[in-house]
Amino acid sequence: MTNPKGRFGVHGGQYIPETLMNAVNELDEAYEYYKKDPGFNRELTKLLREYAGRPSRLYYASKMTEDLGGAGIYLKREDLNHTGAHKINNVLGQALLAKKMGKTRLIAETGAGQHGVAAATAAALMGMECVIFMGEEDTVRQALNVYRMKLLGARVVPVRTGTATLKDAVSEAMREWTSRISDTHYCLGSVMGPHPFPAMVRDFQAVISKEIREQILEERGKLPDAVIACVGGGSNAIGSFYHFLKDEEVKLIGCEAAGRGADTFETAAAIAAGRPGIFHGMKSYFCQDRYGQIAPVRSVSAGLDYPGIGPEHAYLHDTGRAQYVPVTDEEAVSAFEYLAKTEGIIAAIESAHAVAHAVKLAPAMNRDQIIVVTISGRGDKDCAAVARYRGEDIHE
Amino acid sequence: MSKIAKAFEDGKAFIPFLTCGDPDLETTAAAVRAAAENGADLIELGIPFSDPVAEGPVIQNANIRALNGGVTTDLIFDLVRGLRRDVKIPMVFMTYANVVFSRGAEKFISGCAEIGIDGLILPDLPYEEKEEFLPFCRRYGIDLISMIAPTSRDRIAVIAEEAEGFLYIVSSLGVTGERKKIDIDPASMMKTVRENTDIPCAVGFGISTPDQAEKTARFSDGVIAGSAVVRLLEKYGKEAPRYIGEYVRSMKEAVRRV
Repeated sequence: MTNPKGRFGVHGGQYIPETLMNAVNELDEAYEYYKKDPGFNRELTKLLREYAGRPSRLYYASKMTEDLGGAGIYLKREDLNHTGAHKINNVLGQALLAKKMGKTRLIAETGAGQHGVAAATAAALMGMECVIFMGEEDTVRQALNVYRMKLLGARVVPVRTGTATLKDAVSEAMREWTSRISDTHYCLGSVMGPHPFPAMVRDFQAVISKEIREQILEERGKLPDAVIACVGGGSNAIGSFYHFLKDEEVKLIGCEAAGRGADTFETAAAIAAGRPGIFHGMKSYFCQDRYGQIAPVRSVSAGLDYPGIGPEHAYLHDTGRAQYVPVTDEEAVSAFEYLAKTEGIIAAIESAHAVAHAVKLAPAMNRDQIIVVTISGRGDKDCAAVARYRGEDIHE
Repeated sequence: MSKIAKAFEDGKAFIPFLTCGDPDLETTAAAVRAAAENGADLIELGIPFSDPVAEGPVIQNANIRALNGGVTTDLIFDLVRGLRRDVKIPMVFMTYANVVFSRGAEKFISGCAEIGIDGLILPDLPYEEKEEFLPFCRRYGIDLISMIAPTSRDRIAVIAEEAEGFLYIVSSLGVTGERKKIDIDPASMMKTVRENTDIPCAVGFGISTPDQAEKTARFSDGVIAGSAVVRLLEKYGKEAPRYIGEYVRSMKEAVRRV
């Protein structure tokens, strides 16, 4: 029998160096204690309301609905949170927990820079030291976010190893954690890594679906027919799905970054193009070659540019409870432009992957049906990259 | 009795590590033979992995060089099969869980037994997850080596009690790589280990010089050096086996003095 701790079906687990085992076990114990602690929850709820600006709006996209001529489309506006993405939900939880555990230093990986900015923000707020690991390629793609993190008092370490993107930033943050554990908490940004991260980060993000459920019931008196979110590691998606898991009639759809196409080598779609593996502390689906070497992945979106997917998503895929679809760079960029023109919302290129699928799905549905699309972040950070994609060179 | 135990019969053991296929498999073969001829008691053969999270920059780069050179698990199995015609000392593979898992645990582990590999070290497979591979290791007579880290504390007893082959004592926090000073007190870790097992204990992570080796051998059964060997490969390339032979002799002499 394999370790039952932190398993989602066969996925999950704790595949990490011995040096980190006591650190994750202590984190697990602390989290189990504080998640039931009324004081901790009061403090976190207060931060989410007054600092992050929750609850986020569930916005009825009437022009998009009309234009597509099918299901009614609602956008869950995580882009309106403080720091401009859903990432703040998780970092406020983890930073508060780290502080209770007596840690004085936060380290984090970042891809698009949204999680890095959120972690640096939480560290500034709570008076903690902060170091962010970011793939060198991403520091170029997301220069504005690098500056933001520095402004917030964090040190940004460009990671030059491997493909110099998100997976290498995770590896480097793990290496840093093994060398300095006593005062440092590794604030992982997604529902991945060793237990307890996938469950803990999901719990912190589950506020998204808790709100969607209340908001849609209030407004329409029924549950949505489909909830759509983009998936890299999958934190905004699991957050959007969680409180609907038991409602079998609600379709849950995760949109993976297919890059140039899930059938090409230039993809980041772990479920469409990957197979089971063990990496970064977890068993899940990974893009890899036949010898188990992790594949260099590619996506126009730095935040989805990761070769794996969180273990709970792997399980939801295995059981069929959620469906995972690949969305290409081209489709995502078109959806990015479409949402801006139709609704006046510049969504993150990551979120645009979810919008792209909604655009495909809605026309085939009835007018009384409902789709909720999670807009995980805002897209200011992506304007230069999208312009470059369209062959236009602009200065940030 | 495990064949690995033989490595600890000739006084304190010296265990070099190198990454297979860095810079090419012919050099790996020559380096292994040079190490064996110059007193290595056991050899750790690294199967390169794209994302080695427990390694410092020196071994990370060796992994990249080897993979860029086109080395694969299949080619490394062939290499070991060839080496086994004349290399008699125990040899173990060190790699990452996905390399084993991806091939299929049983196929990988039965293959190890067939080519004459004696043990398996997987730095991302802690005690809690060893059931992933242990049943196959038992079936095919491969020792699954356990590691103990400076942060293991209350975990030492249970890990030591179930250890097989030898126990790998990680003497430093952080990743592999040479260090001027070994900042943890591995001697006190050893004391807890000894209370729970009489399996041989080898100390690694950060050890590179004969002086460090001698000091470490005083309280352990053996010393592991990886980055220092890999650095010779990085510096001398195809010429490295000669230097590795000299290095191994100096390290074995150092531990023999104890």
